[in-house]
Amino acid sequence: MNMASDTPGTAGEGPVVEGPVVEGSVDKALAGVGTFIDDRFHAAKGFRTLLRKVFPDHWSFLLGEIALYSFIILLLSGTFLTLFFQPSMTQVVYHGTYTRLDGVRMSEAYASTLNISFDVRGGLLMRQIHHWAADLFMAAIMAHMIRIFFTGAYRKPREFNWLIGIVLFTLGMLEGLFGYSLPDDLLSGAGLRILEGVIQSLPIVGTYLAFFLFGGAFPGDVIIPRLYIIHVLLIPGLLLGLITAHLFFMFHQKHTQMPGKGHTNQNVVGQPLYPYFMAKTGAFFFFTFGVIALLATFAQINPIWLYGPFTPIAISSGSQPDFYMGMLEGALRMFPSWSTEDVLGHTLAWNVFIPGLLPLGLLFTGAALWPFIERWILRDQREHHVNDRPRNAPTRTAIGIAVIAAYGVFWLEGANDVIADHFDIPLYETTEIARYAIFIVPVVAYILTKRICLGLQRKDLHLLEHGVETGIIRQLPDGEYIEETRPVDEEARAVLLARREEPLPLPGPGEDDENGVPDPTTRGAVGKLRLRLNRVLTESVPLPVGNGNGHGNGHGNGHGEPERAAVTAGDTGELPAGTRDDDPSETA
Amino acid sequence: MSETGGHSHDLPHGDGDVAAPGGEEEPARTPHRVIGTPPPAEARTLLGGQGAEAAVPAPRELPADPPDLASAKRAEKVVAAFFILSMLASIGFIAAYIGLRVHSVDAVLRSNLALGTSMTVAFLALGFGAVIWVRRLMPDVELTEQRHVLASSEQDRKAFAETFKEGADASQFTKRPILRRTLIAATLPLGLAPVVLLRDMGPLPGTSLRHTVWRKGTRLVIPDTLRPLRPADFDSPGGMITVIPEGYQDDDEALAKAATIIIKFAPGQLQAPTVMNWTVQNIVAYSKICTHVGCPVALYEQTTHHILCPCHQSTFLATEGAAVLFGPASRPLPQLPITTNAEGYLVAQSDFHEPVGPSFWERG
Repeated sequence: MNMASDTPGTAGEGPVVEGPVVEGSVDKALAGVGTFIDDRFHAAKGFRTLLRKVFPDHWSFLLGEIALYSFIILLLSGTFLTLFFQPSMTQVVYHGTYTRLDGVRMSEAYASTLNISFDVRGGLLMRQIHHWAADLFMAAIMAHMIRIFFTGAYRKPREFNWLIGIVLFTLGMLEGLFGYSLPDDLLSGAGLRILEGVIQSLPIVGTYLAFFLFGGAFPGDVIIPRLYIIHVLLIPGLLLGLITAHLFFMFHQKHTQMPGKGHTNQNVVGQPLYPYFMAKTGAFFFFTFGVIALLATFAQINPIWLYGPFTPIAISSGSQPDFYMGMLEGALRMFPSWSTEDVLGHTLAWNVFIPGLLPLGLLFTGAALWPFIERWILRDQREHHVNDRPRNAPTRTAIGIAVIAAYGVFWLEGANDVIADHFDIPLYETTEIARYAIFIVPVVAYILTKRICLGLQRKDLHLLEHGVETGIIRQLPDGEYIEETRPVDEEARAVLLARREEPLPLPGPGEDDENGVPDPTTRGAVGKLRLRLNRVLTESVPLPVGNGNGHGNGHGNGHGEPERAAVTAGDTGELPAGTRDDDPSETA
Repeated sequence: MSETGGHSHDLPHGDGDVAAPGGEEEPARTPHRVIGTPPPAEARTLLGGQGAEAAVPAPRELPADPPDLASAKRAEKVVAAFFILSMLASIGFIAAYIGLRVHSVDAVLRSNLALGTSMTVAFLALGFGAVIWVRRLMPDVELTEQRHVLASSEQDRKAFAETFKEGADASQFTKRPILRRTLIAATLPLGLAPVVLLRDMGPLPGTSLRHTVWRKGTRLVIPDTLRPLRPADFDSPGGMITVIPEGYQDDDEALAKAATIIIKFAPGQLQAPTVMNWTVQNIVAYSKICTHVGCPVALYEQTTHHILCPCHQSTFLATEGAAVLFGPASRPLPQLPITTNAEGYLVAQSDFHEPVGPSFWERG
């Protein structure tokens, strides 16, 4: 053990192996501490591997880090706030610094929030940091999930992390809702009233659930302390545990990488944890904290003293929840006034529980099932460590954009009064438009996205076949003018050809095996459905045969008959069967 | 670059096998270690050496210096400047905390600006310094690490299955169904118990959602001043006024159901299905609690007689029994029967005749 050799005394009980003398104070300190740790944990080999763990680099990989660092900032700032916040609904009469509310009856929760804002040094800053960090946390989770979806990073073996992510997102929504309800101001009180109304509308159990949650009729005097303990202990605990698992899985399975030269399914290319990734991610933490501090300093958020304390008899117009709840709000606003007033003496408030449950339920269930649905349709059991470029999975990308578009319609409708006000559109028309748009916009978004993806694929194909235009016009000896092109460089070609690792298409109808037996997976109604879905999901512009190395190669391929080209992934004539399964590292 | 050969597939799935070139073939060669036996001494090396093979030093994977030392020297100064800036900002933060008082709105704004700005600068300067350090001072490297198939070998899976089965057999769990069944029988009620324990979180709703605190003779009063109202106070048709039952101004639970709006109309404006017997001199009273999800319906448009809920824009027509005109609400706002008492004040004739507020299952 060479590093222990110059400090045999401190090593004590550890076995000492002779080695070269270590020089310098760093080496000495390392030897001392290292020996101390290793004697107890047998850690040298594992830690050495850890230091050299490779992290691939891409800007979009930072989105998850923003969420992680926002969460840490939330824990820090939240802990500060708990030192001063009183989660109590005991009514007090305010006589504090904020004189405009002098003599007003309010809950202790609201009064202590005023106190944090006006009488605790740094209290207002911490409140605003906490609120901005929460918004950034949710925004980063959304952006991160979108990135994961569009690049196919949820595919085998990472399905568990995708599911954990969906749970984290759900918990984050709840955590945010409960958190901004705590100050017991007029705005958040209206939010709680809406929550109560939605719970109460649930068939059979709704009234009971609402009474149990609120400890009786709304508003009661226990909801704030109950939300408080859920907000500061229960959900953060769950978040912390799940985030740990999320990171551990990512660490163990190694990060995905974007397509590039030398990037294969069998390797991971990037910079080592120590010192590169450590320094970069440390810097990123500081940036995240810095930007949140910047927002908290200059962009006022949730000025509860302007809203006033909660009272059930008043509300302000233009009431909006935080942005991540906007979708639910929009669904509630948009849904028609359907309700069945008397089913055997019971009321079914479709107008409340359908928009309250259905859109988010569909979104989360659909997102959770998607990796498994896709795997079943493609009959794809392989591991995927190289991400897709969104254009190279046109149908998946189109589905993703359609879902985002639907979410966006709900979300905008959640602010329809503001939109009507700012853009001078009659209020009811915004809702009428949204009621149609929720069906039309996703379909249009799907079709457009798919066309755009296929178009980008053709552009890529053009680059592969004809190279990059140089802008140089040359006259040939026979008088013809041509524009010179140069082949794309190695790095770009590797990216363009990354699609080689295409999913295996199911055999087409009539494509029997050598014995004339059709593939069993395509039989029956389910088999036919699977086959159809497979055709839709694998729709892509075929790549040229061979290496597609620039000029001359693959001419006429997918060229001149774009319509046909657009439908074929199952058209095995374009690619020799052998190349489909090829290790991309061999072709790249 | 460290590219290990194909043998990495046989390695146990510890993380990251960036095997050093120079080929550490040990894991493949060393016989399977039985848990409990001490490892061979040469496997316990630390940082750098490869045990007995340490005589051959591994070549560097990371260069010690960036290619352009002059540029690195300049970058070093920039990074140091950022770090000093960050330090000054942090000191400024502490100074602002000590120096700037709060306890008034203006002072809070000043304090927030000083604390926030110094904190922002402290963090951003650290971030910029660190990034420039990485980009300009650290030599650019790209390493390749091998992945291994995540699935274990057939052999390992079999061994696991056997071990698991052995354990199951030894526990007798598989052999003695009566133990298995009684254990499951024991855990079912045990799992139910915590759910039962939550029962006392709140009272049962009973019929409480069907009633409000309005009673025969309860006076209608203005929330802030608690002034009772006479019909003569409305000299002309006009706006919407919020009223509450007298004596309940501090009872949020009562107000959450009993909040009421009153509107005075010109003769003949009120039409069915407004119950005319429940009005006084063309003054009509409706519940203020929206029948959608319970927000207070706070907006009123005099020219159109529309009552609008600002939460989800349910719109009710005040002249026609607060019927739903638009939006997600499915029922009109319930009408409160009002009259005048002996002193001429507006009072309730009774409670609302139907449950107010949002729908619930037992509403019927």
